[in-house]
Amino acid sequence: MEALKKSLWVFHINTGGCNGCDIEIIAALTPRYDTERFGIKLVGSPRHADVLLVTGPVTRKMKSKLLRVYKQTPDPKVVMVVGNCGSTKGVFHHHYHVVGPVDKIIPVDVYVPGCPPRPEAIIYGVAKAWEKLEGEA
Amino acid sequence: MINNVCIPVGPVHPALKEPIKFKFDVEGEKIVGVDVDMGYNHRGIERAGMERNFVQGLYLAERVCGICSFSHPFAYCRAVENAANIEVPERANYIRSIIAELERVHSHLLWAGVAAHEIGFDSVLFLVWKNREKVLDILEEITGNRINYAMLMIGGVRRDIPDEQRAKLHKVVDYYAETLSAVEEVFMNDKTIQLRTRNVGVLTKEEALALEAVGPTARASGVKKDIRFDQPYAAYTDADVKPVVPEKAVGDVFDRIWVRLEEVKQSLGLITQFVDEMPSGELVSEKSVIKLLADLSRVEGEGIGRHEAPRGEVTHYVLLKSQQTPFTWKMRAPTYNNVMPWYPMFRDTELADAPIIAASIDPCIACADRVTVVTGAHTSELTNIELHKKSLEKTRRLQNG
Repeated sequence: MEALKKSLWVFHINTGGCNGCDIEIIAALTPRYDTERFGIKLVGSPRHADVLLVTGPVTRKMKSKLLRVYKQTPDPKVVMVVGNCGSTKGVFHHHYHVVGPVDKIIPVDVYVPGCPPRPEAIIYGVAKAWEKLEGEA
Repeated sequence: MINNVCIPVGPVHPALKEPIKFKFDVEGEKIVGVDVDMGYNHRGIERAGMERNFVQGLYLAERVCGICSFSHPFAYCRAVENAANIEVPERANYIRSIIAELERVHSHLLWAGVAAHEIGFDSVLFLVWKNREKVLDILEEITGNRINYAMLMIGGVRRDIPDEQRAKLHKVVDYYAETLSAVEEVFMNDKTIQLRTRNVGVLTKEEALALEAVGPTARASGVKKDIRFDQPYAAYTDADVKPVVPEKAVGDVFDRIWVRLEEVKQSLGLITQFVDEMPSGELVSEKSVIKLLADLSRVEGEGIGRHEAPRGEVTHYVLLKSQQTPFTWKMRAPTYNNVMPWYPMFRDTELADAPIIAASIDPCIACADRVTVVTGAHTSELTNIELHKKSLEKTRRLQNG
């Protein structure tokens, strides 16, 4: 990876996942994987984010919240789905309170499958998101 | 008189990663009331479990929560085994207990990091999470996965712990014996942590008993409550597990930190004991999954499975009625009990303390979001179609009448 033109700031939203992906995302930020050395960090508001990182299969109650967060994220943005349930609903198919997968509700650019994916896979996904953002710029 | 201000927090907020909504009534900076709105994480797992067979149910149980991904299937297995009178081989019991204790180490360390993050002490978050990777490594080596272990089978376990991994488990315990002291040093002596956690979010023993708190939350308030001690099961029958209770329990956030750090040490002791004493023998009671499912589909009866998860007692209940699937499956996760104790904890504290108090019970919203159907109360739910039907009936009634 050549020098980054910009640091990627990531906003993470859990739409009803099991925490498995969420703790792996935080694990990717902590010393062993340490994505902050590339300037990749989690931010507290979607309005500051370049990447919207979505986990979970989208429950009925979270659908409108996901849409609102998507609208709050400024363009250009990349939406990244981490985990099987966000990508395809996975084990939660046919559940009455699950309206996902995520790409049914908002457009998705990068999928990171796995239940949960390893932190390396998540970092690879963020790198793909970066390629897409830089390609657009 | 100025009315109280209501500050809604969530469901998407930076402090807790999971969707949950708090409504704080504040008077200046003081919290005078709190309301919790849950259900954002409800996925309908219990209902789906009633449509899938017992082995598929294991996968679902595992994905109730990614942090207690051994506790839920463990309780589910114990419930089904209880209903079907399945005897679990002794070696499988030991392996189950070892993984359960490894999970406790990883969960408590995870929590310690999150707690430090909530009070703005990120260097401790990184210190603790760096140490935590070691236990994930050994879990990955034993089970094949870092998070969802897929280790359990009804009537036993899927994988063995061979001798070379036993040596590695000892190494992991030694590693934590060395590194935990640094973590403990920070949490017990650092001035920032003392200032932010002492006498914050107090839950008295009486309140903990009245509100049925469980797990480290209850123990930090001085309630001696631990399923491993009260009703020993699996390999805990051979171990001397004492509930970790502080000598002079205040029930504040600091006590909860202390209890969890002590429990990590207790778990490391248990792991050493179980690894040393692990007997040889079979791994599962019934090797053929097809025969197991056929046997289970002929069982009638109910079973209950309890396990002391890192956050407290988790209970699963199943009712089997000679079907391929459980007729009823109900789970009660520890966070469900620990939601009510939030109310006395939040009362009369500063708004700035809200994140650490919310985090102090180690909430797992994914575990707790279950639906409850109340019969006998004056509520009923109507679907769209039923409502439309009612409307049609009224039109007809009016036309006729």
